[in-house]
Amino acid sequence: IMCASTKYNTRGPALIPRMKTKHRIYYITLFSIVLLGLIATGMFQFWPHSIESSSDWTVEKRSVHDVPVVKLPADSPIPERGDLSCRMHTCFDVYRCGFNPKNKIKVYIYSLKKYVDEFGTAVSNTISREYNELLTAISDSEFYTDDVNRACLFVPSIDVLNQNVLRIKETAQALAQLSRWDRGTNHLLFNMLPGGPPDYNTALDVPRDRALLAGGGFSTWTYRQGYDVSIPVYSPLSAEVDLPERGPGPRRYFILSSQMALHPEYQSELEALQAENGESVLILDKCTNLSDGVPAVRKRCYKNQVFDYPQVLQESTFCVVLRGARLGQAVLSDVLQAGCVPVIIADSYILPFSEVLDWKRASVVIPEEKMPEMYSILQSIPQRQIEEMQRQARWFWEAYFRSMKAIALATLQIINDRIYPYAAISYEEWNDPPAVKWSSVSNPLFLPLIPPQSQGFTAVVLTYDRVESLFRVITEVSKVPSLSKLLVVWNNQNKNPPEDSLWPKIRVPLKVVRTAENKLSNRFFPYDEIETEAVLAIDDDIIMLTSDELQFGYEVWREFPDRLVGYPGRLHLWDHEMNKWKYESEWTNEVSMVLTGAAFYHKYFNYLYTYKMPGDIKNWVDAHMNCEDIAMNFLVANVTGKSVIKVTPRKKFKCPECTAIDGLSLDQTHMVERSECINKFASVFGTMPLKVVEHRADPVLYKDDFPEKLKSFPNIGSL
Amino acid sequence: MQTRKKYIFLTFLASWLLLFFFGGDQLRRFAFFSGRKAEARRNWPHWTDRSLLKNFADPEELQRDGDPSLLSPRERRAAWLSVYKSSRCRMESCFDFSRCNRNGFKVFTYPRERDQPISESYGKILASIERSRYYTPNPEEACLFILSIDTLDRDHLSAQYVRNVDEKIHGFPLWNGGRNHLIFNLYSGTWPNYTGDLGFDIGQAILAKASFDTESFRPGFDVSIPLFSKDHPQRGGERGWLSQDSVPPKKKYLLVFKGKRYLTGIGSGTRNALHHIHNGKDIISLTTCKHGKDWEKHKDTRCDKDNVDYEKFDYQELLHNSTFCIVPRGRRLGSFRFLEALQAACIPVLLSDGWELPFSEAIDWSKAAVVGSERLLLQIPSAVRCIHPERVLAFQQQTQFLWDAYFSSVDKIVHTTLEIIKDRLSPHRSRSRFLWNTLPGGLLVLPDFSTHPGDFPFYYLQHGSSPSEKFTAFIRVVSQGGSLSQPILRLIQAVSGSQYCAQILVLWSCEKPPPPSGKWPQTTVPLTIIQGRRKLSDRFFPYTAIQTDAVLSLDEHTSLSTSEVDFAFVVWRSFPERIVGFPALSHFWDPEQGRWGYTSKWTNELSIVLTAAAFYHRYYHSLFTEYLPAGLRELVDGLATCEDILMNVLVAAVTKLPPIKVTQRKQHKDTVPQQVKGTAGAAGSRRFSQRQDCLDQLVDWFGYMPLVSSQLRLDPVLFKDQVSVLRKKYPRLERP
Repeated sequence: IMCASTKYNTRGPALIPRMKTKHRIYYITLFSIVLLGLIATGMFQFWPHSIESSSDWTVEKRSVHDVPVVKLPADSPIPERGDLSCRMHTCFDVYRCGFNPKNKIKVYIYSLKKYVDEFGTAVSNTISREYNELLTAISDSEFYTDDVNRACLFVPSIDVLNQNVLRIKETAQALAQLSRWDRGTNHLLFNMLPGGPPDYNTALDVPRDRALLAGGGFSTWTYRQGYDVSIPVYSPLSAEVDLPERGPGPRRYFILSSQMALHPEYQSELEALQAENGESVLILDKCTNLSDGVPAVRKRCYKNQVFDYPQVLQESTFCVVLRGARLGQAVLSDVLQAGCVPVIIADSYILPFSEVLDWKRASVVIPEEKMPEMYSILQSIPQRQIEEMQRQARWFWEAYFRSMKAIALATLQIINDRIYPYAAISYEEWNDPPAVKWSSVSNPLFLPLIPPQSQGFTAVVLTYDRVESLFRVITEVSKVPSLSKLLVVWNNQNKNPPEDSLWPKIRVPLKVVRTAENKLSNRFFPYDEIETEAVLAIDDDIIMLTSDELQFGYEVWREFPDRLVGYPGRLHLWDHEMNKWKYESEWTNEVSMVLTGAAFYHKYFNYLYTYKMPGDIKNWVDAHMNCEDIAMNFLVANVTGKSVIKVTPRKKFKCPECTAIDGLSLDQTHMVERSECINKFASVFGTMPLKVVEHRADPVLYKDDFPEKLKSFPNIGSL
Repeated sequence: MQTRKKYIFLTFLASWLLLFFFGGDQLRRFAFFSGRKAEARRNWPHWTDRSLLKNFADPEELQRDGDPSLLSPRERRAAWLSVYKSSRCRMESCFDFSRCNRNGFKVFTYPRERDQPISESYGKILASIERSRYYTPNPEEACLFILSIDTLDRDHLSAQYVRNVDEKIHGFPLWNGGRNHLIFNLYSGTWPNYTGDLGFDIGQAILAKASFDTESFRPGFDVSIPLFSKDHPQRGGERGWLSQDSVPPKKKYLLVFKGKRYLTGIGSGTRNALHHIHNGKDIISLTTCKHGKDWEKHKDTRCDKDNVDYEKFDYQELLHNSTFCIVPRGRRLGSFRFLEALQAACIPVLLSDGWELPFSEAIDWSKAAVVGSERLLLQIPSAVRCIHPERVLAFQQQTQFLWDAYFSSVDKIVHTTLEIIKDRLSPHRSRSRFLWNTLPGGLLVLPDFSTHPGDFPFYYLQHGSSPSEKFTAFIRVVSQGGSLSQPILRLIQAVSGSQYCAQILVLWSCEKPPPPSGKWPQTTVPLTIIQGRRKLSDRFFPYTAIQTDAVLSLDEHTSLSTSEVDFAFVVWRSFPERIVGFPALSHFWDPEQGRWGYTSKWTNELSIVLTAAAFYHRYYHSLFTEYLPAGLRELVDGLATCEDILMNVLVAAVTKLPPIKVTQRKQHKDTVPQQVKGTAGAAGSRRFSQRQDCLDQLVDWFGYMPLVSSQLRLDPVLFKDQVSVLRKKYPRLERP
């Protein structure tokens, strides 16, 4: 299987052949004819099928009650009990999943049947509303397949969400007779309320052999890490009640407990906390004197005060989630929905989706023994962190708790990630709320490496036809000690570059790349010829930089390899009158960009510029023949979150025979165009990534009272 | 291409397309008749009565989940103690938290017995613990106990196997059934099955073991450690091999393996299949049958040719030149290869089903390794080919970060183990997975300081926040006069004039009491006096009075202007993880004396910025006081100098980056040497040589030279440019 993604063109635009116009017309005509023919046949071929399929939908319009009945004989086989030693590599058949380019597992759902025992009594209730929602969500998802032979994972339609309503032995028998059961291999059961009196097991008691269990309320002793999936206990209030997200800030209560029927021991611990800390702790319980018709689940009481549940949860900073008879509690979902930080007190509990979710960012886990210290523990958490936890809690609810669909898809994704680990969803994707994903940056060059000096840099000179000036630049740049190669990007298709013999003789290899089109983006192509990390982009008219200045620029880049390190600096400003961004090239005390007419940067950014530039910026720049440097500044700042480094003092970038950057910059229309670029790019990036700084880099001894000949870079700043 | 050829090509293409189209349809029809119905996807039905379905549980039942007949929580926890033992141990049931509540997390190592030789590796482990800040020689105050019996090699065929461990440990009065004990092990079991058997009963002890398998691993209780060799350095450790970030990875090979092929026995399944993926071009997978004494007995037809190919490639060369390295299971699940690949930035492709990866409780291996399945070996080549180049780059960098943060020395491996256990003691004061897996790594992040990423100097960008906009000036006064000198008054005036100054703290470290508040200059910002204990390390104590992220550390003799302070602070906000300051030194290797030295002379480089005038993040006070072992602070206090160098070494070790020097109007360098000379001849030069010694001692403790040199200084954008002074924001910096 080929991976299109890695097959990008490494040979560069130079090798794209241009067809003659005449032949092009032939091609286009022929292709259109063929294409039209294909479409016509296609319509003819496939039309009947689509009619057929739509008729199928009418068949599916039926009741859950008219499904086939299956009678289970009393002696029909029962699966083994769950095998505690099961892991993916021992109990899961990966060969069923195969290798596919999408890296998605295929999930099959058994059709709904009604199971009866030999006396004709139903084995269980009909499917619950939640389980139906869950199966519908799977069926609508990318994971679904209706082909049992292609499936990697099987989901029975037998509803085991709540163990209390099951006949355990018969349910097990029903599972065992599923067509692909095979000791439960690759079967996934969803259960939210496990166990029952008297011992309240923390995992589903239905014998299920090797089947995977997505369970709510696992304890560390029943959870098979890396095999089972811990899921939340769904709270039907999620769908019923709409709690708008509440902004950060202080809330009326500090700690709130809203659970009913708590164990008296917990109750007395909480009351002790309340006695000690007064009104900031609120302990609610069931209301005893409610008038008829008011649903008890939607009210809570403290003494004679009545509170609306779950709305009251929004009034508190922290909400206690204690274990009950079971470890998993539906209240956790309500608490998260309210953006209240859950204080989870349930020793040995495996938190929902703990395989991928970082609960330390959204909750406080306190050992049961430390309950008396709860108040002081919570008080020690800084306000900023609490606000983030509130936001995080709400995000967990929105993404993974709010509906059966969310729960089902997260579960399947976790299993999918185990089977295709190299395509797994990252920690950040699972855990960062959208606001954080938006505001934070993850620098692709995050490792603090100072590249070895010996590597040197490759100078890339973009040129069109200013040969004389180009040769001067080449001669000047070749004097820089760390130059390791010179690459001339010949952007003129109408003219051949000068013969080899005419080029200046320099001590490093000189390569000329011819481009297929006169595009500015050619300057930022990640040519294979660039073998160093450092690239010096330099215009064919920048002859005024001294060798010391260039060498020093390279040394500075080595200390900041993830930044643009350049000579002429520029600034963006907010124009309050026009209400938009403005480009500034005056002598300012600040810089936010450097011109790429002379700048060092990492080759990686060439790769990013060419393949990962957001929106239509790349084409826009090529079409307008301007602002490729601003685009590069945006790109680097956006991906690293860091500012540019301007090196060495201001100098006049002017030469008599050419229109230098500065000369051009003075042009008024040019300035307007550049400002427009900034506004355009800011809107494409959706933000203003450029960072303004007040510093530039000089050699340590610059302008110090010290003999010039002892300085590493004496010739700096000459005009 | 000629036109005619083109036509031919085109006709061919068109007919081929048509054929495919019709033919494909025919094939589909064939399938339709032979098996499945050609109908649309049969989705889960939309039941007509779905809105009438009942909830899975009664809402009240969901909210009232109690059963009065159950055991009380306290009784239940007591019952766990007797039920969940040995293989079902968890912290809740097998660990006595109360031991740690009294004195915090203290670790005791059993005294070593003379007649009991221990292996080099175990000696290093014990040394790491004894050097750590958690060590206590007093078992009474210990929370965790480490045996002096070498338990690393429990293969009873091995020479280092210690016999009768059971008898010995049961004789220890502190053993207590293994409660709160931590046992290290690298090799368990023996030929032929290499099981997890240790040959003695560990009771309720926590096991830190290499090659842990997921089945016997007790989650949240045991710790999986990497297998390391006896040559693994005690401290410091070699750096990773990644020296450049290239995209796409510029390596000769995509995927390599070179190692033994087991013909029989455990692990042979995978090792025997590895040669299948060898393509001789970018995938090199070489196996040899030569190992053990009797390999020729089991020899098969491949062996001879394989053995020849095997010799053609050098293992080190492959490590250096490959993007991915296969790390298959050996007889045991883990191998040396794992750390070797990690150091080499060769992304490990793990083929070791059921291996509980090292420090998996903390480390997110999905960011640094490809976890393959032994059963799907043949899919590995296409799977790794499909990994995007930028992801490869991220993987490579992460291997280097993890190697350097947790694995490169025995100290790091042991400390990581201890920190993971410590984090369990108070879950609310523990590191999130983010902190463990982001530079500079969990060991350098003290949860006792904060658990909020925004409070540390390292995460502003990832966290999307920025450092506080004010700083705290922190002036240390030691002069014996007891009255306020002119320089300090000027300094207070200059600093309080900065628009960014939030407060001034004066650390009064003189014998005489500080002057009454009336004698201090009137400032616009609050001025607080802290009574010091006359120890040098005091100046880096994490005083609660420091509430801003930035600290401006000052000596009483320092001379600074408000512009300098303002500019330096603005620069610091761009580099909050570094020391940003004025006077600088540079270190060098003195080949004649064979040691490190440093100089305050004019040089083109710098690697130390003196804390007599420097901005840095307040977190470094915590690191200095709590992360560094007491011995180092005592060294500094004893020498009565060098605290600033220690701070620089510490920050460089954390960030791997040089400090930043900013423009200084008056050259501090002119004054410093004079002062040194001024303290009169012999004493001055003794102090200087002590400082030189100190750097050497610090390097010895860290195990390497952390300082990094820089060739630049940051000046204001228009510094000394030929522009009107009126245009300049910091004109005062240019006055001679």
